Amino acid sequence: MKRALHDLTLHAALVAGALLTLAPLAWMVSASLMPTGEANTAPPRLWPSAPTLAHYVELFTRLNLARSLLNSTAVALTTTLASVLINGMAGYAFAKLRFRGRDRVFQALLAALVVPAQVVMLPLFLELRALGLVNTLWGAMVPGLASVFGIFMVRQYALAVPDDLLDAARIDGAGEFRIFWSVVLPVIRPILLTFAAFNFLNMWNDFMWPLIVLSDSARYTLPVALANLVGEHVQDTELMMAGAVLTVLPVLAVFLALQRVYIRGALVGSVKG
Amino acid sequence: MRADWRGAQARAGWAFLAPALILIGAFFVLPVAAGLGLSFTDFDIYAIGDPGVARFTGAGNYAQVLREPEFWNALRNTLYFVAVGGPLTILASLAAALLVNDRRARWKGLFRVVFFTPVVTTLVAVSIVWRYLYHPHYGLIDEALGLLGIHPIDWLGDPHWAMPAIMVLAVWKNFGYTMLILIAALQNVPEELYEAAALDGAGGWARLVYITLPALRPTLLFVGIITVIGQFQVFAEPYVMTQGGPLRSTATVVLYMYEQGFRWWHLGLATAIAFILFAIMLAATLVQMRLQRGAER
Repeated sequence: MKRALHDLTLHAALVAGALLTLAPLAWMVSASLMPTGEANTAPPRLWPSAPTLAHYVELFTRLNLARSLLNSTAVALTTTLASVLINGMAGYAFAKLRFRGRDRVFQALLAALVVPAQVVMLPLFLELRALGLVNTLWGAMVPGLASVFGIFMVRQYALAVPDDLLDAARIDGAGEFRIFWSVVLPVIRPILLTFAAFNFLNMWNDFMWPLIVLSDSARYTLPVALANLVGEHVQDTELMMAGAVLTVLPVLAVFLALQRVYIRGALVGSVKG
Repeated sequence: MRADWRGAQARAGWAFLAPALILIGAFFVLPVAAGLGLSFTDFDIYAIGDPGVARFTGAGNYAQVLREPEFWNALRNTLYFVAVGGPLTILASLAAALLVNDRRARWKGLFRVVFFTPVVTTLVAVSIVWRYLYHPHYGLIDEALGLLGIHPIDWLGDPHWAMPAIMVLAVWKNFGYTMLILIAALQNVPEELYEAAALDGAGGWARLVYITLPALRPTLLFVGIITVIGQFQVFAEPYVMTQGGPLRSTATVVLYMYEQGFRWWHLGLATAIAFILFAIMLAATLVQMRLQRGAER
């Protein structure tokens, strides 16, 4: 009897929590499908009376958000591909290649983790301006290309690669890059995938840096375009919700497809870290 | 042969590090160093065109920031956000972790994913969603509270309620991340401890207070530190929901830095604000570590 009551309250709490967590996202989708004006009624409606895709059409035609969707995709994909290779090589070298100064450099990099991004933003803006990279997608990508966190993540994983495996390849006469490419990469692939998922979501969702570095609306990423749009169209609730769905849906899809991989990444450096 | 390998390894090692070290050097170390210099100058919009115009002003920016009531207001708002929103986030995530990790809970994987979903969403997009949810006439939140007999509150239009409203959004957005870390830590608590406690007749509450929480203490410190660090940097929520208003009640330190740097182009001053924030965050982290050590004794 007591156990049954425990089970009931436990699951009631879980279900209530889950519903509260999902409610804002569910309303976002529902409101994006409502005819114009229907989300601004009292009492508020939960469901569209006649679902319509008109607001999505408007985003892609009159408001040209396809451009921002493309920009976001380009920024997130390019940095992810580049940073997987750059941080993968560095993380492996820190873990497995023996050379003088290695550990001291690694310690210095870890110390950099305490510096918040805001400290870098203003001087980096001036530096990129001098390089002609302000208001270009390259400018938005620059901070995401190499990451101390990514190097750390790969290093911790690569420590478990057996030395015998590498030495065997060396005895066979393989060069170090060849060993990395054909022996190490297949072994550390899981952590690279985790980091890729992590980096993709971070770059996609990033707001403050692209807001600073991109000034031309044709170059905006989706979060910047959306923040800009809400300034002009704050009354068009349904339109704004369609824009929010467009921005959130790709990352949600990536997360749901790679949830195990992603959750492993979220735990790196916490438990037993 | 072995000596040969060692030379090759050293060359390969530096070659493998080179791209990452060059990028981090050029786009992180160099700007941090330049920023420190920048914060001691009166670098402004004229200096952007001709950097020679900027003059060394010593600690002038720091002194000016610390004299500015706007800065103290922003700092007060940020500390309010951190001091109330931080513990709320940890409490919510602890509750969720205990529920999901309960031995008798079903569909654990599903609930874990659901609670984690807000973490991966785009902050700007969900801030806009919540802006509408908080609407005093058309918003679902006031409607739901009305069912409980609570009069409508103009959440984002009332200086007393705007910051708490942003805190609730932040708790919703972030609790899933800390929950995940706490669940992993809960799974490392030895089962024998609970069995022994059950033999001694300890109830659920006693087990939580005497076994679970002490075992979680190092993890709670870790999630406390990362939560506080993240919350000190709050920017996007006030930027898209309130623009720092009403009556500057949601102006945060980073929003203030952004306005000084990129709206008024006081780049030297804004960099000084960034370094002051950095110092405050370091101090907050050290205080948390000290408190933890005190509690262990």
